[in-house]
Amino acid sequence: MVMEIVCPAGTPAALRAAVKAGAHTIYCGFADETNARNFPGLNFDRAEMREGIAFAHGHGSKVLIAINTFPRAGDEAIWHRAVADAASSGADAVILADPGLLAYAARNHPELRRHLSVQAAAANADMINFYAETFGVKRVVLPRVLSVPEIAAINVETEVETEVFVFGGLCVMAEGRCSLSSYATGRSPNMNGVCSPASHVEYYDDNGILDARLGGYTIHRVGKEEAAPYPTLCKGCFSAGDATGHLFEDPVSLNAEQLIPQLQKAGVTALKIEGRQRSRSYVAQVVRNFRAAVDALEAGQPMPEGMLARLSEGQAMTTGAYKKTWR
Amino acid sequence: MTQSSKPIPKVPPLIARALRVMPLAPLSMSLTAYSKRVATHHPSLFRRLGEHDHARFVLDPTDLPFAIELEPNGGVPRIKVVRGQGAGDARIAGPIAALLGLVHGAFDGDALFFSRDLLIEGDTSAALALRNAVDDAELDLSEEITQLTGPLAKPLQRAFAFLERRTGVYLTRPEEAEAW
Repeated sequence: MVMEIVCPAGTPAALRAAVKAGAHTIYCGFADETNARNFPGLNFDRAEMREGIAFAHGHGSKVLIAINTFPRAGDEAIWHRAVADAASSGADAVILADPGLLAYAARNHPELRRHLSVQAAAANADMINFYAETFGVKRVVLPRVLSVPEIAAINVETEVETEVFVFGGLCVMAEGRCSLSSYATGRSPNMNGVCSPASHVEYYDDNGILDARLGGYTIHRVGKEEAAPYPTLCKGCFSAGDATGHLFEDPVSLNAEQLIPQLQKAGVTALKIEGRQRSRSYVAQVVRNFRAAVDALEAGQPMPEGMLARLSEGQAMTTGAYKKTWR
Repeated sequence: MTQSSKPIPKVPPLIARALRVMPLAPLSMSLTAYSKRVATHHPSLFRRLGEHDHARFVLDPTDLPFAIELEPNGGVPRIKVVRGQGAGDARIAGPIAALLGLVHGAFDGDALFFSRDLLIEGDTSAALALRNAVDDAELDLSEEITQLTGPLAKPLQRAFAFLERRTGVYLTRPEEAEAW
């Protein structure tokens, strides 16, 4: 069976581009704090979501709605309404992280398929099986901290489908457990759907030397010919004593394209592309690339050479935790 | 749609110098009228700007001797072309080919930022909202012009296509191939 390409869409135009480029499945979110990409100008209102799902279904693609932030005490109704609207819009599944919200969805919308978001950071079979038995979760998005043999070990011990990231931005910590952004801005991906909110980011260009500031703190400075990273603390370049370097993580992008055959052998069902904040141009190019890869695999042909470096953060790529090595 | 590894083309300095004498007031008036027409065809663009629909954006083609001050003004846009870098809440700067490629969905904004072909200064939130709104609007600036020209539409389309091939600048929205 062909591995499923799960592609991001931050706008209706990106959704259509993904479908036309050959995505089996598209994931997207409502334009509010219920999803972990709550950026200005992004996401779908209710009518756009219904139209997007109809378009995707008309072309044989599925749509998953990410409602993967953690409901704020006293405001749970916002998240409950998002689940109800996902169900009535005809979504093929919702991607959830919060156990309370999973319980709500299982109780009130049992027919709506539930996927466990990467934000839940379920990184072992016991935890995944707990979510499956308790909330009827059918698929888990694995955090980007596991090696291929670890993923294979999980798949031996669970019936739950596994979905893994193969391309896009990387997080240094198990997702859902990172609060770095909140130390500089007071806002975090888990609670507000934003890592390094744009309202707290400033760039200063001084004759080609580019400074990025987050919440007033300079977090990196790149020279004229250097590639620029995202303005996140985890990719920040800091000085301590005589040394200057990336304390947490180098600004590189994940690309596990060449590991797809190994991921298939490890029992992975779906390959996820990161980047709901990216353009329809990115979406189309990355989907075409990965669709060609999984089709080549299915036909017994070698993996095609990818052309995605230019789209990558820092214009550099890594296989991340899938192949753990010391540098 | 493509983002090739080829460098972004830049306006030759000789042409840029010649444009220094261009009168800016008529250009501002024409662009304002043109942007109002675009606005009527793409109202969702302004909805997507949200709280930033009254921000003042500076679009600065760094290889041309002027900048464009754009005020979405809640759906009734105003454009002023000025010498120098312009003034506003958010500045988006890069070669005109990068800016047009972004508008037409040929380039990815983050990728242009990583490669340093695009610079954002000022209100990052407003700049991001504009970029995302424009990307969703699926604009074709040449088509907006050719629609006005009646029987001249076809030759004008051919002229745009010819210019696009010669310069490598995206003057129209690239076709989205139905790959599968």
